[in-house]
Amino acid sequence: MKPSAFDYHAPRDVGEALEILAATAPHGKVLAGGQSLIPLLNMRLAAPAHLVDINRVPELDTIEAGGAGVRVGALARHAAVERSDSAARAQPLLRTALRHVAHPVIRNRGTVVGSLVHADPSAEMPAVLVVLGGSVRLARHGGGERDVPAADFFTGPMESAAEPGELAVSAFFPALTPRTGTAFAEVARRHGDYAVAGVAAVVSLDDDLRIRSARVACVSVGPRPAPLDVTEECGGRPAATVDWPSVARAVSLRVDPGDDIHATAGYRRHLTGVLAERALRVAAGEAADG
Amino acid sequence: MGEKLHEIRLTVNGVPRETRVPGRRLLSDCLRHDLGLTGTHVGCEHGVCGCCTVLLDGEPVRSCLTFAVTVDGREITTVEGLREPDGSLSPVQRAFSESHALQCGFCTPGFLCTVTALLRDNPAPSDDEVVEGISGNLCRCTGYQNIVKAVHRASELMGEAEGRS
Repeated sequence: MKPSAFDYHAPRDVGEALEILAATAPHGKVLAGGQSLIPLLNMRLAAPAHLVDINRVPELDTIEAGGAGVRVGALARHAAVERSDSAARAQPLLRTALRHVAHPVIRNRGTVVGSLVHADPSAEMPAVLVVLGGSVRLARHGGGERDVPAADFFTGPMESAAEPGELAVSAFFPALTPRTGTAFAEVARRHGDYAVAGVAAVVSLDDDLRIRSARVACVSVGPRPAPLDVTEECGGRPAATVDWPSVARAVSLRVDPGDDIHATAGYRRHLTGVLAERALRVAAGEAADG
Repeated sequence: MGEKLHEIRLTVNGVPRETRVPGRRLLSDCLRHDLGLTGTHVGCEHGVCGCCTVLLDGEPVRSCLTFAVTVDGREITTVEGLREPDGSLSPVQRAFSESHALQCGFCTPGFLCTVTALLRDNPAPSDDEVVEGISGNLCRCTGYQNIVKAVHRASELMGEAEGRS
């Protein structure tokens, strides 16, 4: 239950961090909040030769909320993003979903970008990034930066498009647009635990309050949070007359859950349908108010 | 063979401390083994139980999920540092004692640190806020009822103390 030995690096700026990551790739691992990485190290499920601690890189500790959306730097803690009123105004789904991320004490240390790069299919923030159509910005020494759309970023369970030597410097969550509502619903065995199933939803209405688009991303029911578009299932009807149970059923039939000690695949599929209906109804209601 | 050691300085419970640690030394182990402060308990060592919770610059964090070297230069408060300046129990400690909010006591240091920060940020929490606030700390003895009572009692004690001053 102790990490194996590693060479510890504490860069002072992004340039230095990228140099170290380039020099040590593929044996370097980035440490930000450590709330997912350090358990893996403690249990020796991971044993990187080099650890690049970015906790002393203040330029990564940023939350920039603007008209287009919220850009969250690699060192912004869950708690800071959750507390940020400007971030919540620009994209309310951030705060809504962050309250489901582990416990308050974990959120004091864990980072949003770290959670994305960890790419756990049971985690909330990857689903939020996917349903909003956000992106992750990756930087590499001498190679500039590239923005990877959420739909391409999560490549498998605990696997992302970030390559050895790359540093995820920030993530971008697009702003809430007019006549759009968002919601997040999950079921966990205990509050703060990994979700048995969860659904993030975004619904947009047109000027006649008919469904213009409806999307969900599901937690814990597949190898990665895939965006599911259910606009067609809503049939272009006004939010009040949509057959939500049948839309939710369509969601539950398109996910790919597995069995484990916490739940059977069938139960996860059932829960996903129940949660999809709840989240879509709430999102549609908020869209009508917005 | 020898692992590289890093010189670190921490202010622990108001006292400047210096020590040398390998990069992989967890803050929990640094406090207990290097600095001799065994009040911080280590339960699960992967962030689930909350026993090792300490205050890092006033914010509760898991010391088993923090490397000591990462927090070089920062201020740590452990359960040993919660008492009043005159050595008496803090309101949170008193409330836990009065309300029988512990049995075996293993989880208590983590609860005390978590609750101290909780009440600083929210001096009069509702039941729901208390339960949410302590949701990351496990107690296998009490069933939590008396812990929730103790948090409310500590809130009262702190209110009374403020009223008097």
